[in-house]
Amino acid sequence: MSSQIDLALLAEVQQFLYMEARLQDSNLYSEWEALWTDDAIYWVPANGADIDPEEQMSIIYDNRSRIGLRIKQFYTGKRHTQAPASSLGRVVSNIEILDVNGDEVKVASNAMIFECNLRADTVWATRNEFLLRRTEEGFRMARKKVVLVNNEKPLYTLSFLV
Amino acid sequence: MESQSSTPNIADLIQSDRVHGSVYTDEAIFQLELEKIWYKTWVYVGHASEVPNANDFVSKSIGPQPLIMTRGRDGVIRLLLNRCPHRANQVCLQAKGNRGSFTCPYHGWTFSNSGELRGFPFPDGYDTADRSELGLGQVNRVAEYKGFVFGSFADEGPSLEEHLGAGGRDAIDRLVQTSPEGEVEITAGFLQHRAKANWKFIVENETDGYHPQFVHASIFSIAKSGIGDLYSSDSTAVARDLGDGHTENDLRPEFRRIDKPMNWFGTNEARLPDYVEKMKAAYGEEKAREIMIDGTPHVMIFPNLFIAEIQIFVIQPLAVDESIQHVTALQFKGAPDLNRRLRQQTMGSVGPAGFLLADDSEMYERTQRGVKSKMPEWNYLGRGKHRERRDEEGFMVGDATDEVTSRGIWRHYRELMEAE
Ligand code: FES
Ligand SMILES: [Fe+2]
Repeated sequence: MSSQIDLALLAEVQQFLYMEARLQDSNLYSEWEALWTDDAIYWVPANGADIDPEEQMSIIYDNRSRIGLRIKQFYTGKRHTQAPASSLGRVVSNIEILDVNGDEVKVASNAMIFECNLRADTVWATRNEFLLRRTEEGFRMARKKVVLVNNEKPLYTLSFLV
Repeated sequence: MESQSSTPNIADLIQSDRVHGSVYTDEAIFQLELEKIWYKTWVYVGHASEVPNANDFVSKSIGPQPLIMTRGRDGVIRLLLNRCPHRANQVCLQAKGNRGSFTCPYHGWTFSNSGELRGFPFPDGYDTADRSELGLGQVNRVAEYKGFVFGSFADEGPSLEEHLGAGGRDAIDRLVQTSPEGEVEITAGFLQHRAKANWKFIVENETDGYHPQFVHASIFSIAKSGIGDLYSSDSTAVARDLGDGHTENDLRPEFRRIDKPMNWFGTNEARLPDYVEKMKAAYGEEKAREIMIDGTPHVMIFPNLFIAEIQIFVIQPLAVDESIQHVTALQFKGAPDLNRRLRQQTMGSVGPAGFLLADDSEMYERTQRGVKSKMPEWNYLGRGKHRERRDEEGFMVGDATDEVTSRGIWRHYRELMEAE
């Protein structure tokens, strides 16, 4: 495998993930929303990485229309927990291409997110999995799974884009 | 308690329409609450459906204390304390599972899931040790009402039925009949949402009908759920003090006025044909219609069980300014189509990222910080005092947005805190 790394693809994926992180860190909600495909699933499981989201409670388990609702809520200006919005800085790393299948690329990455809000400064650590789909506008997210490493414990409000 | 001087005088801090800010911040009061409330009265722990089979167990808590809720081989549910009688190691570290015994990892003592000490390694090292004295601690009283399991650390006191009172029992009765089989199931797993706030801010908010229009304005305005209207000043819904600290927002007057089955859940009969059919078969046409119009209750069972129409919250105090809300979707036995929607809607609404609860929790934390400011010292809870009245059952009620509920919670709290 190592001899066959597609460096061009890796660079493209890397740029996409960095851009996604930048939009999130900058609270650029609608720009971030535009990164999703119409059949998107945005999933932040609770109580482990491998629960069945159709049967068990997740922190977020959004289809495309619910992602839209989430974004709309920010723009009302009355999403109190994000007014003022969290200040964010995240580092994205460990980017690994897991699989390429036609125009779809499965990617793993880790993120460390520093959040500063009214309550306190909080560090979040996540292991992410993406299904990226190539479109005319570049990559789009068909699926993003965010596994908070401490998702088996009680968590403070997490209302920014993770 | 040794001396009165260090103990705050509760009567001075809780008056008929105001409470002193220190009840949310004073460490001594928190310790007193553990003694007088959490480790004394009935506290909700878990649901029988979480341990359906012999030898099932699940980690639970009463206040800051972790517990193991087990179902023994005999079918009996027990609440064991997670502390080895040898040198206090925690004997169970799993969230849930199935096992007949627990072996302490420290020195290998083994306990049955009914708490008795079964044995210890190298027994010749003990001469006079009485095994019957060396079992796991257990919550003194355990009782169940329609599957809801409560524990009390007091040997004596009111029975669970007395504690729930007519109002609390009626709420649970109303809840379970939403199932065509008359049973609630708690099977969807819990989100644990932590807040830097005193537990009483959370309890009070659960039946505060004044806040939804403001705290939840963002989601009400875009999701068109109709919930907002239930808590407007024109609403015919009532806030009710059920006594013993239990309170509710009774939305039935609005749902009966609207008179559409399943409207309480923002849907209609056509979308849930299987469920509707089963309900009619189970209860008869007329009664089923009544149930499906009235919907599920919105009731806060003091001190920690909030039944919130489609989900339950279990409130756990960790410290004077730290609490956890354990929340999961309600599931109704025999109603898979309804249950799926209940899970989806609950996931959207609650927990750390919920459309609703992230904003409620924001208010909990802001009030916790706000109440540290010295002036004006008191929180004013007089809303609707001039129009509160007794209903037919003798409960005090107010308009949908009135603070008759908070006043009821504090009256009961004061009684508990002043009791011997
Ligand atoms: S502490 Fe449990 S066996 Fe020693
Ligand atoms: Fe609320």
